[in-house]
Amino acid sequence: MEIPVADGESERYTVRMGPQHPATHGVLRVDLELDGETIMKCTPHVGYLHRGFDKLAEHRTYAQALILTDRLDYIAAMANNVGYCVAVEQLLDIPVPLRAKYIRTMVCEMSRICSHLLWLATHALDIGAMTVFLWCFREREILLELFEELCGARLTFSYPRLGGVRQDVTPHFMEKLQRFVNEFPGRIEEYETLIDKNRIWLKRTVGVGVVSGEKALELGLTGASLRGSGIDYDIRKHRPYDAYDLVEFEVPLGTDGDIYARYRCRMEEMRQSNRILQQCLDQLVPGPIVSEEAPDLVMPLQGHRKQEAGATRFGTGLVRLLDEYDQFPVGDLYVSTEVPKGELGFYFISDGSGRPYRMHIRSPSFIHVGALPTITEGGLIADLIANIGTLDVVLGECDR
Amino acid sequence: MQILIILIEILVLFAIVMLHVAYATYFERKIIGHMQVRMGPMRVGWHGLLQPIADGIKSFFKEDIIPEQADRVTFLGAPIICLVAMMTSLAVLPFARGWVIADINIGLLLVFAMSSLASYGVVLAGWASNSKFTFLGGLRSMAQVISYEIAMGMSLVGVMMLSGTLNLSKIVEAQGDSFWGMYLFPQIIGFFVFFIAMLAETNRVPFDLPEAETELVSGYCTEYSGMRYAMFFMAEYIGMMVMASIGTICFLGGWNGPFTVSIFPPFWFVAKVYIFMFLFIWIRATMPRYRYDQLMELGWKVLIPLALANIVLTGIVKAFTG
Repeated sequence: MEIPVADGESERYTVRMGPQHPATHGVLRVDLELDGETIMKCTPHVGYLHRGFDKLAEHRTYAQALILTDRLDYIAAMANNVGYCVAVEQLLDIPVPLRAKYIRTMVCEMSRICSHLLWLATHALDIGAMTVFLWCFREREILLELFEELCGARLTFSYPRLGGVRQDVTPHFMEKLQRFVNEFPGRIEEYETLIDKNRIWLKRTVGVGVVSGEKALELGLTGASLRGSGIDYDIRKHRPYDAYDLVEFEVPLGTDGDIYARYRCRMEEMRQSNRILQQCLDQLVPGPIVSEEAPDLVMPLQGHRKQEAGATRFGTGLVRLLDEYDQFPVGDLYVSTEVPKGELGFYFISDGSGRPYRMHIRSPSFIHVGALPTITEGGLIADLIANIGTLDVVLGECDR
Repeated sequence: MQILIILIEILVLFAIVMLHVAYATYFERKIIGHMQVRMGPMRVGWHGLLQPIADGIKSFFKEDIIPEQADRVTFLGAPIICLVAMMTSLAVLPFARGWVIADINIGLLLVFAMSSLASYGVVLAGWASNSKFTFLGGLRSMAQVISYEIAMGMSLVGVMMLSGTLNLSKIVEAQGDSFWGMYLFPQIIGFFVFFIAMLAETNRVPFDLPEAETELVSGYCTEYSGMRYAMFFMAEYIGMMVMASIGTICFLGGWNGPFTVSIFPPFWFVAKVYIFMFLFIWIRATMPRYRYDQLMELGWKVLIPLALANIVLTGIVKAFTG
């Protein structure tokens, strides 16, 4: 055994945190070189959850690949679904009816609140505040129940469809959502009473993990992680899709770029999401929920489609698959949408067939994990945990 | 004969304390449960009342895993050191007038010595497990206990000056003569320092850094399982009770209360201890965890100077009032 000599030089100590560590939010593995508890070098390793979504999508029709997007950011699956649908609709030029647009905006914002609640819960837990964790889950449960009522699933929804949504919202759903929207601002205040002015919370977050605006752009951060540094970039505002240009909301910005600024941004975002939900509820217009040109895998609500569906081998009410079409445009396209964690982009190369020739997903978590060393090096172990939390990474999306 | 009586007394005390430890976990789970809008244990017995016993039986029959590369003797001994050290302090605690096993003149010192000794168990557990996370936990514990032991010791110097003794029974009796019957008001700075140091000494939130489950998995007890793991927590809960008792004795007037409960003399003592226990639990439900350097900063730059100032202040007041 080699005995280290105490020659006055600090000895480095390596710790492998993860992939099964309680604070790495999934299967993130971080190799740390420590001097005492100070992080000298931080190397994140991803890939423990690799599932090859980009490749799998090439063997499915555009509509079939939708279910893969559920499994990306499973905390906010609905937002991924919508993002994918928006991208394919642009690629294949499929119109969406107004009602479906509103419903999709609504579910997107619900899933944003869901995601931010889970973020707040786990982030607070990482810093040691246990009660916030359970309080957040209380509200998240209401939303999950609403999702369940909407589409029968609690985690992998696959609810949006190319050209609309699968089912219409019920009056009961609307009523429950309205109740939630009324109550939620009070609940946000409740969380804030616990942590917002808590001295220990402030000590752990203010001035910790600072990323300047330029640095954040350089690192490719998006979402609240970028907006916390004061960069005004929100795709919902700047390249509106669905009904985002029909509702009013503000994009909350931070100034300091520290953990506290990012925390504030997300808290404000929840308030804005609530505002958007209220407007969607008010403005929801009657009408079709699936466009006439929607290519496949939709519940055939329209008469002639129902007949057509019944007549084919696809049996129980599903309209024929996209494979049978051959009038798709050829070319490539990158479309991105704002999901709770940042910018989710889909890059397609279409060869005119019913399947994407190539699909690449630009997922925010992957980029955020890449930013981890820059933000954490020089800090303490406890700051690493707080930083992983504040970047809001989910490994399902990172290890595609 | 006297030895026999003392042995019986020890056994009775041990049984009562262990029962309290078991039910302290139950209260903790219930109180935190209600604060977090959930029920807490509900399955075993009425409102989960038998849960602590079920937990005890469960942890007793769980597999006892010892890591292959661990230092066996130290690994096995560490939880015992913790538990024994903590239980030894119980001997000097006066629960009511005359209700004390060892009425010695260095009672307070013994409690300090024993609570410091318990940290050896933690450090040795961290080292013997041969895991980096446990090692970091052990180191953190050592630094933390050293820093806060100083603050705590100094916070009680004011009490010692006012009462003129280290004998815990005499400290309580001395408070009987003072204004309000307790040292809480004349020693409010001391109490403030003591209260924070008490949380740190017992590794409770917001100072639960040695076992910080999100940073160090479980810190020093990561590799422990079954009964050995439970022993650490028994020690922690006994530690909480001992510290709460010291707080009660030194600042809240011990067994004295607004009226005497003759059928159960330690009534006020137990009630006050449970107020402290509730505070421990309440704080756990509310506070985030300190960062390591911030914890040190608080200990050395705030609490110790405050405790020193308290000593000077008490000295001046005592010099003038006699």
